[in-house]
Amino acid sequence: MGMTMTEKIIAAHAGLEEVKPGQLVNAKVDIIMAHDITGPPAFKALRNNDLVDQIDPKKIVLVLDHVVPPKDIDSTMNCMAVRQFAQEKNIDHFYDIGQGGIAHNVLPQEGLVAPGDLAVGGDSHTCTYGALGCFATGMGHTDIAAAMALGEVWLRVPESLKFTYNGKVGRYVTGKDLILHTIGKITVNGANYKAMEFVGSAIKSLPMEQRFTMTNMVIEASGKNGVMPVDNVTKDYVKRRVDKEYEVYESDEDAKFEKAYDFNVSDVPPLVAKPYSPDNVGSVEEVKGVKVDQVFIGSCTNGWLGDLRQAAAIMKGEKIAKGIRLIVIPATMQIYRQALKEGIIDVFIDAGGVVAPSTCGPCPGLHQGVMGPNEVGVFTTNRNFRGRTGHPEAKIYLTNPYTAAATAIMGEITDPRSI
Amino acid sequence: MHKFGANIDTDVIIPGKYLVTTDPARLAPHCMEGVDPEFSKKVQKGDMIFAEENFGCGSSREHAPIAVKAAGISCVVAKSFARIFFRNAINIGLPIMVCPEAVDHAKNGSTVKVDTDSGMVNINGKSFKAEPFPEFIAAIIQKGGLMEYVKERLKQKGSHP
Repeated sequence: MGMTMTEKIIAAHAGLEEVKPGQLVNAKVDIIMAHDITGPPAFKALRNNDLVDQIDPKKIVLVLDHVVPPKDIDSTMNCMAVRQFAQEKNIDHFYDIGQGGIAHNVLPQEGLVAPGDLAVGGDSHTCTYGALGCFATGMGHTDIAAAMALGEVWLRVPESLKFTYNGKVGRYVTGKDLILHTIGKITVNGANYKAMEFVGSAIKSLPMEQRFTMTNMVIEASGKNGVMPVDNVTKDYVKRRVDKEYEVYESDEDAKFEKAYDFNVSDVPPLVAKPYSPDNVGSVEEVKGVKVDQVFIGSCTNGWLGDLRQAAAIMKGEKIAKGIRLIVIPATMQIYRQALKEGIIDVFIDAGGVVAPSTCGPCPGLHQGVMGPNEVGVFTTNRNFRGRTGHPEAKIYLTNPYTAAATAIMGEITDPRSI
Repeated sequence: MHKFGANIDTDVIIPGKYLVTTDPARLAPHCMEGVDPEFSKKVQKGDMIFAEENFGCGSSREHAPIAVKAAGISCVVAKSFARIFFRNAINIGLPIMVCPEAVDHAKNGSTVKVDTDSGMVNINGKSFKAEPFPEFIAAIIQKGGLMEYVKERLKQKGSHP
């Protein structure tokens, strides 16, 4: 019996010829990521158990991203704990404030994760990296401490689900809409414990950044990991970044998928996830006219350069509507700098928006735009659970960057195809 | 016993604004705040949570099971758990059980007893068997959490390569 990509990567890292769904294995890890929320408690777990000397600093990536620059003494102390650990343990891949950005964008950008790798991170959106053809999954801080101490993790080999996307991606439709469409179909529980493999001509037509947007939201279907086959787009992306040999895995023709879904994307319009769940999906058209208080363009999902270019293409020469706020956060400082060079930052500021330094910020309701009672937001982020972005009565609609930009100009939810 | 619906996410279990700390005493008063602001006042030490599918979906924050445990909850019984929450609960020693039939029978106010060793859930005198944990996971639970397992594994492996 053949194996899926996910099974092959796990087998290779477990030193096994073959693995089957449901099997528990110990797998070697190539990369372990932690940030300012999950790093400090992981280090504490290592210290309390006298395991600090076990770590391999080359495998560890530490990124300050959740509350940076810090907003209070607690968040400052979290940054201090990560900084101190990085210094003590000689961790080269430490990204302090102003040097990196959001971890899930920094790791691919810096070539720290490659096709065929097995990566774990103390953050649920670690699944983002799977677009590169690697296995990547999120864990809590105790699991991350264990992975640091052992250089391996225990994994239950997941069943795989296959998602095939054919047809032509429409105008103002992006990878964000394809993944929202998928989550809307299978629900937030649709891939629990499972691997999601994304294939088809429509996936091949997407640039790397929009592929990351799709695998980023695998966790919103409760998936364990998402993968995409390595093609020329992937190879071109890593060529300029990754300086090690890497393995390319692909699913065998007779690999066993628990379930297969086929989507014709030609009919998919710009989509929205309505409050209070990423699977409450409808067309933007369906909710047009809903009055909005704040638009946020950013996050590990849609803070890529391509996302800012899309938003700027809509906003160039325009002003945001009276009474609305626009917050833009480039996902990394490199993206920020490039956006500056291209005049994109000017477009947002000229329109009346504010551009904040790279951070997770308002997406998990931490700082830089926390939502108040009954406020309505259009966010390019990944979750709109009750209370996620601030007050439990705030209402968040998740969209692509084109829709967010069109909404900022009009002051109400607006289909980008209509302006 | 406190019963909840499906897809209770980590943002309602413990909102992001409290993530700057992992201190159980600071997290406990905000447990389940997003779904029931009065929860931490109502809950009594030893109470249980019963929930439908996919309890703990969303973020990887271990603060979620820490808050649940610190609030005084002795066990969470659900039809299923989101996988990161499942690992986190095992890792910190929050007892959890997967038992769909028991969840169907449980109502707010039911008299509930659980035996985590045998995996039995008793509701108003009727018994249900929870799904057994794989041996490996049962061993982690028995050791009291993941870090004890890590120390043993290191002894087996010898030093880290």
